[in-house]
Amino acid sequence: MWVKTVFKSLVLGLPIGITFLDTVGYVARVEGISMQPALNPESADTDYVFLSRWSVRDYDIKRGDVISLISPKDPGLKIIKRVVGLQGDVVNTLGYKNQYVKVPEGHCWVEGDHTGHTLDSNSFGPVSLGLITARAVCIVWPPKRWQSLETKVPETRRPISMAL
Amino acid sequence: MKMTVSKGIGGLVSFAGYVLQYACITHCAFEYIGDFVMCSGPSMEPTLESDHILLTEHITPRLQRLRRGDIVIAKSPTNPRQNICKRITGLPGDKIRTSFTRRSQIVPRGHVWLEGDNSSNSADSRVFGPVPMGLIRSRAILRVWPVHKIDPF
Repeated sequence: MWVKTVFKSLVLGLPIGITFLDTVGYVARVEGISMQPALNPESADTDYVFLSRWSVRDYDIKRGDVISLISPKDPGLKIIKRVVGLQGDVVNTLGYKNQYVKVPEGHCWVEGDHTGHTLDSNSFGPVSLGLITARAVCIVWPPKRWQSLETKVPETRRPISMAL
Repeated sequence: MKMTVSKGIGGLVSFAGYVLQYACITHCAFEYIGDFVMCSGPSMEPTLESDHILLTEHITPRLQRLRRGDIVIAKSPTNPRQNICKRITGLPGDKIRTSFTRRSQIVPRGHVWLEGDNSSNSADSRVFGPVPMGLIRSRAILRVWPVHKIDPF
């Protein structure tokens, strides 16, 4: 009898849970050093961040947002970077094939905060907005790192010209 | 009287619960298993015409088992709010000869080359280049409408 009850609540509860995670957001672990010092300031302990799906439902992102996106090079991998340029901006690149890049329509330019130790738009170019999966809102774990993530582009990485 | 009011509220709550439950089940089915897509535009003629309805599945793209020749639904690289329906003509590592530039190009890792069947009237990879696989949403398996043209791909 209890097997039936467990099975029934699983069948009814699972879709609700998945839908919640899909539309509202979820918590994910950040790996790697590419976003230092904002995330994982010490390589030893990893941060857990809350990723909001709701705030990117309309692909409405701002410069400085920390976002998670599907890697253009490997569809099975999700990466976390900071938005530096939006469509129409001209970005001064670091080691991309062109020194100055105008971000095409429907794309954005993403970079990790840890310049030189990050695989970002400087290696794979502007990324399509459709690859964005969520926006990182705050660090939820460990407790001593509780804080919200600032929407801020590093002073030196501002786009040369901003559209709008 | 009081009895009926509370009963009415209880009924309303359980009805809302049912609606929520089935909405979530529908969301999961459409997001993870398959859904229906209506085509519009001439880019896939003569295979597909406007107002044809396709049954698509989300499992193959998720497992990255896409093959050349598959018809896929992808988010447009230039406008994420719009979906495009094209045929995969190149996988990572393939050499593609583009007629516009007369120059061959190798499809990079994690990307595919999409082309419409109606090559004279289609905005596809020849315009916007290789498309990241992460943008592919589903693969078409069956045309379900119009009825006399029901046909697996």
